[in-house]
Amino acid sequence: MDSAYLIETIIKVVVILLIFSALAGIGTYFERKILAFMQRRLGPMNVGPYGLLQVAADGIKLFTKEDIIPTNVVTPIFKIAPVITAATAFMAAAAIPFLPPFEVFGYEVHPIVADVNIGILYVLGMMAVGFYGPLLGGMASANKFSLLSAARTAAVFISYEVVTGLSLLAPIMMVGSLSLIDFNEYQAGGIGDWIVWSQPVAFILFWISAFAETGRTPFHLIANDHEIIDGFGTEYSGMRWGLFFIGEYANMFFISFVIPLIFLGGYGDGSLFGALGLLGKMSFFFFFFLWTRAAWPDVRPDQLMWLCWKILMPIAVINVVITGFVMMF
Amino acid sequence: MSLEAFNNRNVAEGDYFLVAIEEYPTTGWDKFKRVVKRTFKGELFVGLWVVLREMIRFDIHTVQYPQEKMPIGPRYRAVHQMKRLWESNTERCIGCGLCEKICISDCIRMDTKIDENSRKEVTEYTINLGRCIFCGYCAEVCPELAITHSGEYENASEQREHFIIYEDMLTPIDKMKAGKQLEFEGFGAITPHEDERVKKTPLAY
Repeated sequence: MDSAYLIETIIKVVVILLIFSALAGIGTYFERKILAFMQRRLGPMNVGPYGLLQVAADGIKLFTKEDIIPTNVVTPIFKIAPVITAATAFMAAAAIPFLPPFEVFGYEVHPIVADVNIGILYVLGMMAVGFYGPLLGGMASANKFSLLSAARTAAVFISYEVVTGLSLLAPIMMVGSLSLIDFNEYQAGGIGDWIVWSQPVAFILFWISAFAETGRTPFHLIANDHEIIDGFGTEYSGMRWGLFFIGEYANMFFISFVIPLIFLGGYGDGSLFGALGLLGKMSFFFFFFLWTRAAWPDVRPDQLMWLCWKILMPIAVINVVITGFVMMF
Repeated sequence: MSLEAFNNRNVAEGDYFLVAIEEYPTTGWDKFKRVVKRTFKGELFVGLWVVLREMIRFDIHTVQYPQEKMPIGPRYRAVHQMKRLWESNTERCIGCGLCEKICISDCIRMDTKIDENSRKEVTEYTINLGRCIFCGYCAEVCPELAITHSGEYENASEQREHFIIYEDMLTPIDKMKAGKQLEFEGFGAITPHEDERVKKTPLAY
């Protein structure tokens, strides 16, 4: 391993970490603003112009708050749980190509930390490991609501892993690779080549399970404010709670990158237009996460399980079978 | 919409109607049909459209309070004011004690004495705004319009005692001399055109 590659990788890691930590903060600003506009409010207005510095105010508040470890909690697990959420969210980013390759001072930069040949598997695996954050945090908290939340987390994540994997199986069969870059090359020919046209069912299934993976509103029952307070986050305060938050928003951003990369052509042919297209698609999917939060109610845990096991999983299996038959003949 | 629509409590007439609630499905096939119907009816997208429409319309209802304030009604009952006489700039209060008597939360306290001109003089007058429920009886009962309510509702202070001082409620003398005392047209004030409605006391019989 030559040192240039090592330096390049470290720089890429640092840049991704910095950008997405900041984006997670700015994501909360967007969420508050968009939710407010949809509910005919103004949202944050007082800190900075149009409340733009609210992110900084929140950051200062989270960083300077006392780090409270309540009595009766299992201290080491309680401390490590938020770190798991945030770390796995960022680790998942390693296999995501955020932009097409570009040249800086004659040096070609690939905006992907590691183009592993099992990219999708790695991303989904890392997001699945992220469920240990809420699970361990909830179980270690010595709080009944946190425990309920931990149980729901386990149920939701494990169920929707099934749907995610099965829905992605059909596109993977078509492309014949697990690397997200190969996915992008497969669809590089333009809008007509997008996998969403040949796999619309898989697209919708994956989109639905993306909501469960990130724990966003129709499936927000792992931390439902109105029934189990803040779920696994009830006993957390200060930056430990903030890590949960950063993990959640980073996950939203990463899954918003993954959906267009797999189904909607990614960055296309790698031109500037394609790169902007990927960012635009990512923004739409991120916006959609906020949009549904303003519009849709939450479902009950039993409805969620019902939807997963009785509806989505059979459809996913049928989709895989049909794809297999079509490819065979 | 007129108020009658709300005041009419007779449910049998008017615009009330029963919401059509479908029969709960019992068989598996019926349940399946309901799932399919709900899936493809697109009701979720109605919700999405409603919130997006409101966002595009951008009809914001927020009042940014410290900078913007809602107008309050003329009969709003906020912190009391004690008025002065226009003729002599002295206090209007004649110490009759009616406000103290009528106050249902017992928050008005006054002391009076007979001064050297053998007129009744108010020596002590306090309103405990911590107890006051702002019912407005004191302003209504006052025969001289000496105590009225004002529209001043932002009354935060370090000490509760700040809210009971008579001098704070009294119109400042310089403001009085400048002729800037506002006659409160709200609760307890004389209704407009009262002069035209006054009739002579029929002394003939």
